[in-house]
Amino acid sequence: MSGKSLLKRIDWLTIFIYLALVVIGWVSIYSSTFTEADPSIFNFATLHGKQLFFFGVSIIAIIVIMALEASFYERFSSLMYVISIVLLLGLFIFGKTIAGATSWYDLGFFNLQPSEFAKVASALALAKYLSDIQTDIKRPKHQLFALGIILLPAILIVPQPDPGSALVFFALIFVIFREGLPLYYLVIGLLTILVFVATLMFGTIWIAIILGLLIVLFFLLKKKKFKVPIFPLILVVVTTILFSLSVDFVFNNVFEQRHRDRFSLWLRLEKDPNKLEQIRKTIGYNTYQSEKAIESGGFFGKGFLEGTRTKGDFVPEQHTDYIFSTVGEEWGFLGTALVILLFTILFLRLVYLAERQKNAFPRMYGYGVISILLIHYFINIGMVIGILPTIGIPLPFFSYGGSGLLFFTILLFIFLKLDSNRLKEGI
Amino acid sequence: MKKILLSSIILIIGITFIGRLSYLQIFSFPTDNLLEDPAIKPIYDYPERGYIYDRNGKLLVGNDPAYDVMVIPREVKPLDTLEFCKLIGLDKEVLITKLKKARVYSPRLPSVLVPQLSKEDYAKLQEKMRHFEGFYIQKRSLRYYDTKSAANVLGYISEVNERDLAQNPYYVQGELKGRTGVEKTYEDTLRGEKGIQYIQKDRFNRDIGPYKDGALDTPPEQGREISITIDKDLQEYGELLMHGKRGGVVALEPSSGEILSMISGPTYDPSLLVGRKRSKNYSKLHYDSISKPLFDRSISAEGSPGSPFKTLNALIALQEGVMTPETKIKCYNGFYVGNTKRGCHCGGGVRDMNIGIYRSCNAYFAGTFRKIYDKYETTDEGMDVWEKHMRSFGLGGYLGSDLHTGRPGRIPSKEYYDSWYGDNRWTSSFIISNAIGQGEVAATPIQLANMTSAIANRGHFFTPHILKKVDGKDITIPEFTELKQTSIDRKHFEPIVRGMANVYEKGTARWVQVPGIEIAGKTGTVENYTIIDSVKTQLTDHSVFVAFAPVNKPKIAIAVYIENGYYGGRYAGHIASLMIEKYIKGEITRKDLEKRMLDRTLEHEYAKPYSGEEFKINEYVW
Repeated sequence: MSGKSLLKRIDWLTIFIYLALVVIGWVSIYSSTFTEADPSIFNFATLHGKQLFFFGVSIIAIIVIMALEASFYERFSSLMYVISIVLLLGLFIFGKTIAGATSWYDLGFFNLQPSEFAKVASALALAKYLSDIQTDIKRPKHQLFALGIILLPAILIVPQPDPGSALVFFALIFVIFREGLPLYYLVIGLLTILVFVATLMFGTIWIAIILGLLIVLFFLLKKKKFKVPIFPLILVVVTTILFSLSVDFVFNNVFEQRHRDRFSLWLRLEKDPNKLEQIRKTIGYNTYQSEKAIESGGFFGKGFLEGTRTKGDFVPEQHTDYIFSTVGEEWGFLGTALVILLFTILFLRLVYLAERQKNAFPRMYGYGVISILLIHYFINIGMVIGILPTIGIPLPFFSYGGSGLLFFTILLFIFLKLDSNRLKEGI
Repeated sequence: MKKILLSSIILIIGITFIGRLSYLQIFSFPTDNLLEDPAIKPIYDYPERGYIYDRNGKLLVGNDPAYDVMVIPREVKPLDTLEFCKLIGLDKEVLITKLKKARVYSPRLPSVLVPQLSKEDYAKLQEKMRHFEGFYIQKRSLRYYDTKSAANVLGYISEVNERDLAQNPYYVQGELKGRTGVEKTYEDTLRGEKGIQYIQKDRFNRDIGPYKDGALDTPPEQGREISITIDKDLQEYGELLMHGKRGGVVALEPSSGEILSMISGPTYDPSLLVGRKRSKNYSKLHYDSISKPLFDRSISAEGSPGSPFKTLNALIALQEGVMTPETKIKCYNGFYVGNTKRGCHCGGGVRDMNIGIYRSCNAYFAGTFRKIYDKYETTDEGMDVWEKHMRSFGLGGYLGSDLHTGRPGRIPSKEYYDSWYGDNRWTSSFIISNAIGQGEVAATPIQLANMTSAIANRGHFFTPHILKKVDGKDITIPEFTELKQTSIDRKHFEPIVRGMANVYEKGTARWVQVPGIEIAGKTGTVENYTIIDSVKTQLTDHSVFVAFAPVNKPKIAIAVYIENGYYGGRYAGHIASLMIEKYIKGEITRKDLEKRMLDRTLEHEYAKPYSGEEFKINEYVW
């Protein structure tokens, strides 16, 4: 087995899906930046031309990744992490500002976005730390250290400002869960979000009523011998209601109007048609236009280069964060469903690959890759189709952006390299 | 558990996305209408509205180019205001306020700065226009009338309103549409189809080229020119004669049903309803509630037809076999209904059908009417038969002409009287006034003309219509080209025609004979009332006349209804004879008669009920 060449050991299904997504993404960029005046494909002055160039760079990166020893990544993960932190710090002095965010280094021929590199480095570093024989994730000290690996780059990215990218790092927490962090952390986290949203949508009164109903239900269904932990129950109820009240307070007194507007847009809280119209024209403009563009595509779509709203640039940032709306308008439900399907298969495949690893490092790195890609996919498409608030992060393999495409590719292919090596390592 | 968790999250996200996408793209998918896509701007190319000619190819309505100076505020660059103001003939202050107004309306969309430049100003401006960015000249076309007549026939066009927009998706705000007359009926023919060019816009509303390279664009389809059946000369002449008189005149060509002229008095110059002064003029006409110039009396005024109606009762009596032309009835200078005597002006004596017609004997026709009803056991049966015959002449219902306005007139039915008197509580004596065209019957001038046309044709008619040719080709619309048979046999018409010819030769219209033309006619004098200070007051009789000529090969059938013109041979008779002469001979030989008609007005009669004083009616002086 171990004698088989790399080409036989590598997971071709993942590569195939990767290529499909990159191609569909590039076609969408071509369409959304297309002008009648210059329909050429290989013009590097155009955005789609640049993207094509970076696809070439990505191919080279894949070859390099595959050529390197698999153990290289584990060995140098700490170094890469340190380099990425230095690069992030360097932005405060040498950073180039584009669209209000100081997130780039100007390398002349292209702008490097170190936060993209930091995603790869953090995933590697976290996997390395957690797979260390001396790390015991049950110990709070180690939990905190693992959390620190994740939070450090995030904290450095927030003031760029790029809160969207910072948020992505939190997805890595999922890796820690996989490796033993108790699940109730996650449950409490999710319940907190639930109570937060429910408070905004229905108010504290309803939370109290629902809680009451749940307790009644609990007493009705409990086994007779079961001793009710009265004190913790009261604690939970009181905490929830206090939290709900404080959400109300914070929302109305601490949040600024623009924050409130984002939430009311997301949760459809605003019912007054005049104000709704106002929101659509201001902070809700992107979401509204993107929803409308997708909606107008219908089942079959308008066809390649026929999207009127795409051509008219109705959706701002369409070639970057809102690239999915191009798919929606031009390829219709058939196109969007295909993309969702491809992503879903990719993620399930990656889970399968991660789970079949015998060694801890590649498995944890695999989970890191999935977490990072999944949160991008979830937040980006959720935003574009209007079920999540506006958070500006790109769609992996799709959105225009050289650093993005390159580092998502690197992120994925390091894992494929590790996976192709799994049997060798086992010996 | 932990292994499944991530896979479950992936699947849940996927399902949520697919659900949301199917909601957006399948369930709320909007209608596929390019015009509602904000990214597409339609640019319309309006074809010229079709010209309208008369039956002899004389132009009635054409188009005049008009030039509007337009401005797109956002594109205006600093300019030499002094020169510009001089060119377009505006004061600097006016220009500035107008520009401000335009900017308030929309900085992006064009507004009219100066409407309807004269051709001279346009010529001066055209060359220099390119120096002034943000301004341009838009050519429009306005209706141009080559006649001051036939406003009621031609109709007018005006901007579409909310209702039009809701009813017909073709129209877009600001477009013009035929409102009445020919402009309305033949709107689609005259209008043509506007061309549409779809332009792709970006979100700043800027044009970024044709949509789909113009694959969906349509070229404009020219409006078609039509000829109408009106004889321009006769129409204009008739309107001159109608000067100062209220009423309607309709002349038909019996052999085709073509409307030769259709005059409503008083009328207005059609050019009043074009251009900048349109709305002002329209209000003025609309609010003239006394003479009602916008009310087309020729087709909408329902009145008692009077004595011309006697001819139909005679025809029915012959058809029903209750009389022969020789049947005699005695006139006692009137006739009795029960114990009441009704008057007659024929002079009295024994009357047969011929003399009954040309002397217009009321007693004779009251007797005729009774005989028709007496044939049947019940009045109901008699009524049904009588009504059926009457309706076969196009009375008591819409004629189905190609003019949108109009009224159906009235031929009463048994149900009508049942509702008045109760079932079986009335007899022929109750309704005897119908014998002489008074009472409950009512008809419009065009119905009277059509009835006359049916007599002229000896038993059939063609539905009156106004359209003659489209793009030079004669129409082949079956409703107008197919013959309609009345319920009276051809053989019964000759005695009636004879009687009507005698009306001219020795009867009630002997003063208005036309040398060289044999005319058949029938006078009518219609008593009428109004209410003044809640008192029913009689006014001067309406003057009614129907005629056709020549008797044996009729070329024209005419009905003239002059309100308060006194007896039939007076105003109506004069106008009918002059119009017949004009149409057949092309010129008038009886200049004194013509002069009298052109000069005289009935304004003094129309002023009487409003004078607030006692007044006399039916004065002989004239």
